[in-house]
Amino acid sequence: MSGNGTGIGASVKRKEDTRFLTGRGRYTDDVNLPGQLYGYILRSGMAHAKIGTVHTDAAKAAPGVHAVFTGKDMEGVGGIPTGWLIHSKDGSPMVEPGHPAMAIGKVRYVGDCVAIVVAETAEQAKAASNLIDVEREELPAVASIEAAEADGAPLVFDEAPGNVCYDWEVGDKAATDAAFENADHVVSIDVVNNRLIPNAIEPRAAIANYDPATGEYTLYTTSQNPHLVRLLLGAFVLGLPEHKLRIVAPDVGGGFGSKIPHYAEEAILTWTAGQLGRPVKWTCERIDAFKSDTHGRDHISTAKLALDADGKFLGLHVSTKANLGAYLSTFATCVPTYLYGILFAGPYTTPAVYCEVKSFFTNTVPVDALRGAGRPEATYLLERLVDKAAHELGLDRVAIRRQNFVREFPYQTPVALQYDMGDYDATLDLALDASDWAGFEGRRAESAARGKLRGIGISTFIEACGIAPSAVVGSLGARAGLYESGSVRVHPTGSVSVFTGTHSHGQGHETTFAQIVSDMLGVDFDAVDVVHGDSAKIPFGMGTYGSRSLAVGGTAIYLAVEKVIEKGKKIAAHLLEASVEDIEFENGSFTVAGTDRSTTLGEVALTAYVPHNYPEGLEPGLEETAFYDPLNFTFPAGTHVAEVEVDPDTGEVELVAVTGADDVGRVINPMIVAGQLHGGLAHGIGQALMEECVYQDDGQLETGSYMNYTMPRAADLPSFNINHNTTLCTHNPLGVKGVGEVGSIGVPPAVINAVIDALRPLGVHDMTMPATSQRVWQAIQQAQG
Amino acid sequence: MDEAVAALRGGGAKLIAGGQSLLPVMKLNLAAPSDLVSLAGVPGLADIADGGDSVTVGAMCTHAQVAGSTIVQTRIPALAAMADGIGDAQVRNAGTIGGSVAHNDPAADYPAACVALGATIVTDRREIHSDDFFQGMFMTPLEDDEVITAVRFPVASRAAYAKFANPASKYAVAGVMVAQRGDTVRVAVTGASGDGVFRVAAMEEALEACFCGESVAGIAVSSDGMLSDTAAGAEYRAHLVTVMAKRAAEACE
Repeated sequence: MSGNGTGIGASVKRKEDTRFLTGRGRYTDDVNLPGQLYGYILRSGMAHAKIGTVHTDAAKAAPGVHAVFTGKDMEGVGGIPTGWLIHSKDGSPMVEPGHPAMAIGKVRYVGDCVAIVVAETAEQAKAASNLIDVEREELPAVASIEAAEADGAPLVFDEAPGNVCYDWEVGDKAATDAAFENADHVVSIDVVNNRLIPNAIEPRAAIANYDPATGEYTLYTTSQNPHLVRLLLGAFVLGLPEHKLRIVAPDVGGGFGSKIPHYAEEAILTWTAGQLGRPVKWTCERIDAFKSDTHGRDHISTAKLALDADGKFLGLHVSTKANLGAYLSTFATCVPTYLYGILFAGPYTTPAVYCEVKSFFTNTVPVDALRGAGRPEATYLLERLVDKAAHELGLDRVAIRRQNFVREFPYQTPVALQYDMGDYDATLDLALDASDWAGFEGRRAESAARGKLRGIGISTFIEACGIAPSAVVGSLGARAGLYESGSVRVHPTGSVSVFTGTHSHGQGHETTFAQIVSDMLGVDFDAVDVVHGDSAKIPFGMGTYGSRSLAVGGTAIYLAVEKVIEKGKKIAAHLLEASVEDIEFENGSFTVAGTDRSTTLGEVALTAYVPHNYPEGLEPGLEETAFYDPLNFTFPAGTHVAEVEVDPDTGEVELVAVTGADDVGRVINPMIVAGQLHGGLAHGIGQALMEECVYQDDGQLETGSYMNYTMPRAADLPSFNINHNTTLCTHNPLGVKGVGEVGSIGVPPAVINAVIDALRPLGVHDMTMPATSQRVWQAIQQAQG
Repeated sequence: MDEAVAALRGGGAKLIAGGQSLLPVMKLNLAAPSDLVSLAGVPGLADIADGGDSVTVGAMCTHAQVAGSTIVQTRIPALAAMADGIGDAQVRNAGTIGGSVAHNDPAADYPAACVALGATIVTDRREIHSDDFFQGMFMTPLEDDEVITAVRFPVASRAAYAKFANPASKYAVAGVMVAQRGDTVRVAVTGASGDGVFRVAAMEEALEACFCGESVAGIAVSSDGMLSDTAAGAEYRAHLVTVMAKRAAEACE
């Protein structure tokens, strides 16, 4: 591993940026097929209603219209499945209602698919949709967790009494209760984790085609995991065998989790193309993206921490209510459970942890993974609670954290996870130093002289990435494996194609994976291309989410390269007339150990494809595939520090500084890692200070556009101070952990802790995300009576 | 101009200047004019003229033009600064003063500038003082076929605009222009009220008595009739009016 040039550890400029920055990216909406028609999805404007006949005659007669289909037309086609079965405390399976691709009998959220109009142009399809008359009877809606659990609340599904999907738990309740009985102090907190709208820059789109000659369907779609879409769409919805269903996710402009799920529109488009025998294209408008892309977060929690007299954590008890929305999206059910409850040890040695989660159906957009998916919710609660404990016990915020750090690895937590490696003191020290924590009081005084309130906040956190292993997640209810495939094809003249089942939609896989392969094989970086996103080209894949691509997908590629080298050694041994055991491979050359006799990878590759002088019994060709099923999660960790300045007149919070000290494992490309950290931090800061999805009581989406849903802009953010302390993951050969979600997990509690720190002198001790200027102003007003 | 006015007669046609308000409404199917009559080809509507004690800004001047105009920057710097804070760069390069004034959006910036500075709205057929022009949310005395040609701003002895912007849309939540001409002070507020721009007499009197930020810092405006949305409820808006008035006055000092 060279560590410089273009190898592992080098900040190589991204291969993919040449096309992205010059307008040559090929996104789903750029795909056009001969004879294509355009689909427009008519969505429910009511949050909850019985629907009767959907009158489509007028729309069908409109100019350019080829067809109109409704839920009734698709009746008999399978519903949209969910990917994880959760069991309640009493052992019963979760309530799993059907999810028809287009509504049948009832609509359950504003945005629910009601009909598709297919026309010659997108404008004709949209115009004709206005002519559809839906017989409907509005029903009272439940638009929040509070409304869903109220006595006598309207039911989203008749089969889900109390609108409850499941009532889950993890951890040892008896041991945790005992810890509280023996505690010197108990500190409690109530927190809300605000609902977010994902807002990838590229709206979702799809174009489907059916070839009657081969019976094959092709769907181009904006997906983070095309093979997963094939599995769900093929096996569960349309009943198509894999070899007759090709899914292509070409360039995708951001996902953040919102492009993980298999969406109803993908099923509707594919089915419609089959009905019409012509390609059908659909591109979501931004206004519809707000009400149809899966949303994220949306928890209400109460928690308590038991401590001894010195501030040592003895036990943690968490009760959470989670909003799942109107239907169970693909990973909706596991996000607030197995991606949440098992994170509550954090970086601390708390010996007893118990977490219970009750999840509710509501008449809102389905909720699924969003950058961090469960881990930001857990980290926010824990780090707010630890800060509160320090304040109530009169202990130093840093000291109480340090006092409770895990220091011996591997560490078995009381909530299932086993941390393989970390050094939490090192990242804490680094962050304190880099943020000049010690010099803060001077800065606070300087701000005060200008009439401003300055605050500093910290969060020390771990995350769990690269969810695994398959057998374990299977035993917990996952309906898919969580391994990854990688194929490495060395071409006859020595260039290399790499095929990965992960999907890049901003992460830079084409660069990072090429660095690994070129470094390992000693071939030129530009001689390696990475192929992804097409089920017809890739052996199999589980896609990209949960910061898994490098740790799981990169490892599969690593193992495939090792297989290539092993085979190459056999060919080289034959060419060099030596024994295989004596062949060493380094920097692209096979050498007989202790001699100057060598041959290059290029010669070996050519020999593999022109096998005139070749080892007996060895297959020609030089291409290997590896499937890697990880042994454990990876555990990135770190410390984030935020510093804010509050204007007491307006309540405005200015984020003055953000410092990160992160352990993300081995860094393949520091520039890409910095970019991932920056993006995650912006996302986390958006949640902490700006973003909030608001529903009205009747289920109308109040924040349905950029007029009132605030996304962070560059001008809202300071320059980020990023630092690394690396410990290597012990159970994958590259020692990598994951980085894509770090910012959105670690920084929100640091920001809110900073806001509270700024406001404490005024008597404010709590703050709800997002800390908007109005919310801060109101808190000041209340505290001052 | 005659051609444009003629085209506006006869029903469903709508005048388009920069299109920054009309096009979003059309995209949402909330308006569907039969024809769009563009003023882009009418000569002389994008000039800025220094009239000595006033500055006349052509209706088709973009916000960026007003912000960048040496005449405006020199004669009424507060107006140039206000224009430079409208929306974002794309909006400022497309949106026009005439379009903004004619639309009379309760969260637009220009109405506050017009009222505080005592501007006159010049149309193809008459002149209307801003006191008579802004008649409530989206309401003006303009006829359906009437076209604004310019806005004439008297030069103030001192003026400043302070805005608290909606963090998402960047429209004014509370925008206050304070302007003094001779002994007269005007304080005009946009963004806050459901009735559009309004003046605060108590603040004007206080500033006429003693022109400094502290004079208005203690003058509260009622939250009755204030707009209320996710970013700012009525009480918060009313509070922000006072804070912005103080800041505008301080900026004049």
